[in-house]
Amino acid sequence: MTNPLSPPPRKNPQIRSVVPTQPLEIRSRAAVGLTACAAEGRFALQTCVECGTVQYPPRDACCNCLGVELPWRDITPFGELLAETTVQTSVNSYFRERAPWRMGSVKLDAGPTVLCHLHGDIEPRARVKMINRLDKAGQGVIMALPMERTPNMEDDPILRAISCDPKLRRVLIADGRNPNAPALVKVLKDAGATMIFVGEAESWRPNPNRALMPDAEILPLDVTDTASVKELAGEIGGKVDILINNARFLRPGGALARGDTGWARDEMEVNYLGLMRLAQAFGPGMCARTADGVNSAVAWVNILSVNALANDPSFGSFCASQAAALSLSQSLRGEFRSSGLRVMNVFVGPTDDEWHQPLPPPKVPPAGLARSVVQGLRDGLEDVYCGDIAKETAARHAENPKVLERELTMGGAG
Amino acid sequence: MSKRASYDGVAIVAPFTQPYERYSTQTAHWWIARALRGSLDAAGLKPQDVDGFTVSSFTLFPDTAVGLTQHLGLCVRWLDNVPMGGASGVIALRRAARAVQAGDASIVACCAGDANHVETFRLLLGGFSRFALDASYAYGFGGPNANFALLMDRYMQDYGATREDFGRIAVSQRENALKNPHAVMKKPLTLEQYMSARPIADPVCLFDCVMPVAGSEAFLVMSVEEAEKRGLPYATLSGAIERHNAHSEDPIQMRGGWTVDIGELYGMADCTPQDMDLVQTYDDYPVISMMQMEDLGFCAKGEGPQFVRDHDLTISGDFPHNTSGGQLSAGQAGAAGGFIGLVEAIRQVTQTAGPTQVKDARRALVSGFGMINYDRGVCSSAAILEGKA
Repeated sequence: MTNPLSPPPRKNPQIRSVVPTQPLEIRSRAAVGLTACAAEGRFALQTCVECGTVQYPPRDACCNCLGVELPWRDITPFGELLAETTVQTSVNSYFRERAPWRMGSVKLDAGPTVLCHLHGDIEPRARVKMINRLDKAGQGVIMALPMERTPNMEDDPILRAISCDPKLRRVLIADGRNPNAPALVKVLKDAGATMIFVGEAESWRPNPNRALMPDAEILPLDVTDTASVKELAGEIGGKVDILINNARFLRPGGALARGDTGWARDEMEVNYLGLMRLAQAFGPGMCARTADGVNSAVAWVNILSVNALANDPSFGSFCASQAAALSLSQSLRGEFRSSGLRVMNVFVGPTDDEWHQPLPPPKVPPAGLARSVVQGLRDGLEDVYCGDIAKETAARHAENPKVLERELTMGGAG
Repeated sequence: MSKRASYDGVAIVAPFTQPYERYSTQTAHWWIARALRGSLDAAGLKPQDVDGFTVSSFTLFPDTAVGLTQHLGLCVRWLDNVPMGGASGVIALRRAARAVQAGDASIVACCAGDANHVETFRLLLGGFSRFALDASYAYGFGGPNANFALLMDRYMQDYGATREDFGRIAVSQRENALKNPHAVMKKPLTLEQYMSARPIADPVCLFDCVMPVAGSEAFLVMSVEEAEKRGLPYATLSGAIERHNAHSEDPIQMRGGWTVDIGELYGMADCTPQDMDLVQTYDDYPVISMMQMEDLGFCAKGEGPQFVRDHDLTISGDFPHNTSGGQLSAGQAGAAGGFIGLVEAIRQVTQTAGPTQVKDARRALVSGFGMINYDRGVCSSAAILEGKA
C-alpha cells in the first residue's frame, strides 16, 4: 500500500533548496514519438503498416519485415510483470537522490517487452496496466500500474515525479475576474491544493466572482502592468507551485471589422505580453523550486483558444494573439526545460461566456474547463484539448492544417 | 547449412596482460600499446613483423583501429575492429585465425584495452547504445546492474537459485584471484561477506558487480609452422562459434546464443563438456556465468544452482573456473573484459599460467558474452583451445 503524502513542514529558509537535476534527456528522433504520445496522455507504440508488428524500443525499420512506415498507434495497455529490481544507486544524480527506484521488465499483451517504472503496489509477476508519461526531462517514459486502484496510489513517489498533481501544492490563478476562476478554485481545492491565490486587476471595480471563491486568497494582479506582476511575484513567488494563466482579453472580429488597432493592442497586452510578464516575474523562481519536496514547483498552465492552431476570422484578431501566446509557450518549454517545470496548454473551443453568447452549442462550461485542467495536471500532460470543438479542431489540424485553414476561412458566398 | 571448416594449422601465442589499475591517467592508446609491446616481446617480435591487427576498445574515440595503425606505427595488410564487448576476444581470435589460414595475414596481433579515468565509466554508460538511451536509462539509470538484476530476479524465481548459489561463484573466483598477483582484488571474500554486502540493484549486491579498471590484453595468431619455427609455446583452436541477437522471441533472457551453436562447437572439436580441463566464462555478474554453465552443456537449464553446489570452482577444484579471478576479482578493463578469460586460457593450456596454473591443463573452454544493447546481451561467443600434449 502506498503511504499517503503528508503536508510538508514550513520551509526553513536557512536550508539550501535542492537544486533540480534531471534524468537522461537525450533520445533518438524515433523515440521522441513516445514523448509526443505522452504529451497527450496516449499509450501508443510503433506499429508496422506492412506487417502489423508492434515494436519497442522505437526503431527506424520494422524488426520483422524491414518496413519503414511505422506510425505510433494506440495499443492495449496491459501486460505481465516478468522481473523487477529496485535500483539503490546510480551514476545519475537525479536517480541517486531519489533512490530506491523500482523498475522492471513487462511483457506487453501487444508483443514487445518494455523496461518501465513500477508502481509500489504491484505484486511480483502480476498483470499490470501501462501508462505513458513525461518525466522531469520532458521525455516520454512508460510506467506500470496495478490493474485495480489502490489506496493513495497517486502518492507513489515515482508516479508523483512524473505527474503534476495539485495535491498539497499551492496554485496561483492569474485572473479572478474570468468566469472560469470560481470553477478552477473549486476543483483545485477538491484536488487537495493547500493554498489557492487568485489575482485581481483594478480591485476598486466590483468582482461578482469574489463571493464564489471563499477558499481563495485574492491578491492584486494586473498582467498588463509590469510593476503589479513583479510586486506579487516578490510577495508570493516563492510559494507558487502551479501557475494557471487564465487572463484573457477578447473582442470579436478580424482586421476589417475594426476601425483601428486599439482592441488588438489590448489583446496582445493581456494574452501575449501578459504571459510574458508573468513568465519573467514568476518563471525563474518556479524553475529554482522544481526539486523542493512535496510542494515543489511543477507546472505552468496556459488556457488558450484552440484557434491558436488555425485562425477563426470571426475572432481573427483575438486568434492572432492566441497564436502569439502559443508560440511563446513553446519558447517557455525550452526555457524551462532544464528545470523540469512543465508547460501545459489547455486548448478550448468557444467558452460559455458573454463574448461567445451568439454562438451555437457546444460551448465549454467553466466547470468542464476546470476539470480538464486538473486531470491534465494529474496526468502530467503538455497538451490538453478541452471540449468537443477543441478535440475536433485539433484532430483536423493534425490531419491537414491547410485543409483546416480553408474550412475556417469560408467566404460565405452562396 | 554446410559445416564450417576447421581451424587447423593456426597457433595462438604470446598471451600478455598489462596489469590492471583501478584508475589511471593513461589513454586507451597507451594501454593497447603496452599490451601489444608485451605480447611482441614475449614472442621476440618487432612491431614491423605484424601484418594483421585487430582491436577492441570502448575508449579510443575518436580513433578506431585505423587511427591506431598510424599512432602505433603499424603497417598491416589486414585490419579489424571488433566492437563486441565481452564477446570480443573469441570473435577477434576466430577472424584472425581465418586470415592466417587464408594467407591474408601471417602474424595477427589481437589487442583489447581501455582507459579508466574517474569520469570514464559514467560517460561510457551515458552513450552505450541507442536503445539504452531511448528505453533503458530513463528508468532509474541503474546501468548494467539493473539489467542483470532483472535477469537474476527472474532466474531465481524460475529455477529456485538463491543468492548463496551466485555467491559460490564470486567467492571461489576471489580465491583464484588471490593467486594472481595482478588481480585488483587482494583480500579474501567469504560467503558471509558476499551475503551481507550492500544492495546495488536488488537482488544484485556489491560482490555481484565487477570493478571498472584500466587495463589491456593481447595475444598473437600465426601459423603452427611459424610458432614452431620461433620455438613459441602455442595453443590451437579446436572450435569456435559466435551468434548475435539469438532468441529474440524470448521475453526475458534466460539463455544466450551459445545454445544455437553449441553442438557444432563440440562437434568441431570432437569432444564433450566433460573433456574440459578448465572453463573461462564471461563473468560480469555471477548469474551470467551460471547461465553459461548451462548453455555450454555442463548441466541442463535450471540446474546451474545445483551444479555450483556440487562442484569446486577453484583452480585445484573439480571444475576450475575463471582461474585468474575473472572480471569479478581481477577487474573489468572495458573491452579487455572480453579478452581476460581467453588470454588466461592460452596461458593455461600452454602451461605458462604460473601461480594460477591448473595442473596438466590441456583443453579449455572460453566463452564470451557482450553488449546489453537494451534488455539483454546481444553477442555470444565460445572457443575450445588445446595445448600440445
